[in-house]
Amino acid sequence: MKPSITELLTLLEAMKKGVAGHSVEDFYFLSRACLVKDESKFDRYDTIFAAHFQGLEDAFKALVEALPEDWLQKQVELMLTEEERKQIEAIGGFEALMDALKQRLDEQDERHEGGNKWIGTAGTSPFGAYGYNPEGVRIGQQGSRHRNATKVWDKREYRNLDDSVELGTRNIKIALRRLRKFAREGAEDQLDLDDTIDKTARNAGLLDIRMVPERHNAIKVLLCLDIGGSMDDHVRVCEELFSASRTEFKHLEYFYFHNFVYESLWKDNRRRQAERIPTSEITHKYGPDYKLVFVGDATMSPYEIVYAGGSVEHWNEEPGAVWIKRLLTAYPKAIWLNPEPESRWDFTPSIKLTRELMNDRMFPLTLSGLDSGIKSLR
Amino acid sequence: MTNKTFTGTSSYIATDDMKMAVNAAVTLERPILIKGEPGTGKTQLAIEIASSLGRPLFEWHIKSTTKAQQGLYDYDAVARLRDSQLGDDRVHDIANYIVRGKVWDAFAADEQPVLLIDEIDKADIEFPNDLLQELDRMEFFVYETKELVSARNRPIVIITSNNEKELPDAFLRRCFFHYIKFPDSATMEKIVGVHYPNLKKDLLKEALEAFYKIRDVRGLKKKPSTSELLDWIKLLVAEDIPPEALRSGDSKSAIPPLYGALLKNEQDVHLFEQLVFLDRRTNRQ
Repeated sequence: MKPSITELLTLLEAMKKGVAGHSVEDFYFLSRACLVKDESKFDRYDTIFAAHFQGLEDAFKALVEALPEDWLQKQVELMLTEEERKQIEAIGGFEALMDALKQRLDEQDERHEGGNKWIGTAGTSPFGAYGYNPEGVRIGQQGSRHRNATKVWDKREYRNLDDSVELGTRNIKIALRRLRKFAREGAEDQLDLDDTIDKTARNAGLLDIRMVPERHNAIKVLLCLDIGGSMDDHVRVCEELFSASRTEFKHLEYFYFHNFVYESLWKDNRRRQAERIPTSEITHKYGPDYKLVFVGDATMSPYEIVYAGGSVEHWNEEPGAVWIKRLLTAYPKAIWLNPEPESRWDFTPSIKLTRELMNDRMFPLTLSGLDSGIKSLR
Repeated sequence: MTNKTFTGTSSYIATDDMKMAVNAAVTLERPILIKGEPGTGKTQLAIEIASSLGRPLFEWHIKSTTKAQQGLYDYDAVARLRDSQLGDDRVHDIANYIVRGKVWDAFAADEQPVLLIDEIDKADIEFPNDLLQELDRMEFFVYETKELVSARNRPIVIITSNNEKELPDAFLRRCFFHYIKFPDSATMEKIVGVHYPNLKKDLLKEALEAFYKIRDVRGLKKKPSTSELLDWIKLLVAEDIPPEALRSGDSKSAIPPLYGALLKNEQDVHLFEQLVFLDRRTNRQ
């Protein structure tokens, strides 16, 4: 969430009322409380604040030399890849790097993008948020290393919190809400006004109170998740979907598979060799009112789908295609969510094959894909 | 309006950033959203603000079934129906059946109150949106009596969240935000100090050391927090455990005594015991 004019006005109002007093530290706390509404972004805020105020604090001459802000912003997301780390080791470790970086900063007077220098541009690291933990070189930190007093914003204590799974699931939850189907079940603890009026009238005006159970979301979902192998690239989005579904659906059963569904699935990845659940048991246990949702990239060798013994992990007596047909017969309402971009589907034979088996009910694992998927589940 | 500022109390240690956020919210009369790990004193903060500023406190605890409307008022139709059966005179005035909620109570208070909306993330995902107008303008409309209720004194609204659900942007924009980060050991010493002023220094030192060690164990489902530490120290004092027993160098009692107060789930206890076991084995070699 980016701060908007509302937050800026709040900050200005607070400044006008003299909440912050006259120290930079107070201003730091105040503007953080006004502008940043997410603790995982504190770190970013600290970095920018440090970079911005370092110049202002020291002297006015620094103000003239102050780095352009957009340049700094790019630096905020700076992180290093494994390869880059090796390069750093070669240079002589972190301290040497810091010196080199400082030097580079002094030389560099405009925004730098592209190239393969180890400063790099934000977001180009192939590891993304799940790569090497961003203990990267940040400009704010750089400043403090050469000063004796460490400022609060230079401590940057919120580093670890970035990218926890729960954040970012709101949109998914909103999408999943459309799948809600309310039904009344359980203890009768709500007044049924219409029925009470009706019964009271029939009762010649003598009060006859009618109660009904509260409405609950009665939708039932079977979630089958592809895990491991090529799915590792999509762990984040799958975790988000999973964590959103867990809170949204009361009746959620989930199972894992690898690449494709065969005669057994499992619930615990650590014990998947030991504790497998036969697929036929699942279809017997959970009725046809369950909606079946596969999540997988369906990217594999086509043999894994159409041939007996095609599985990469074990010998399967019957091909995966047979098993998915059985599942689809048991659960008429089913979709396949694919985290691979839709544009690539036509170039991967196994995706085409899976899509045909699903009767075209394959949707990209994006918000819009989820929306259309849910429409077809209803 | 208010010239008092919040500086923490004798039983609550407030950090600088917390004071600033609270004072900004008090001065500007905007809600403040408090987040943090469970057990870091989010709810306690509201209680302390109320007592340090000398204001009445209204607590509204949110559950998964709480509706925004319930904080404002409830229309008790059943009571009215019953009264009409019994021929009670009260039945002619609908106002007799409007039951005030916590927000209304706070709006009606004579002096500026503190209103705590506790664990807002427990409620339905749309809940915060339903309160936008009420918290912004500090007024709401009672449809049954055609009455506009506005706050006599804008309350200091404190909202806590455990991050179970993400809150809508529109809601966040209207709040100040403070994240109670887990206290470092210096702050923790102060915190324990205000709760147990007469604690023996060596016991405190050992207890804190053991505590932070447990928190550092990777993969714990629920890390022990301030409130658990305080409970644990209370137990240690009650059982009169000597400080030496906490020292982890002693391999026999490497598992701190009464650790049930710190670890609240069997997987964590199990994990911890395994780690201690591994640790002992490496020490022996």
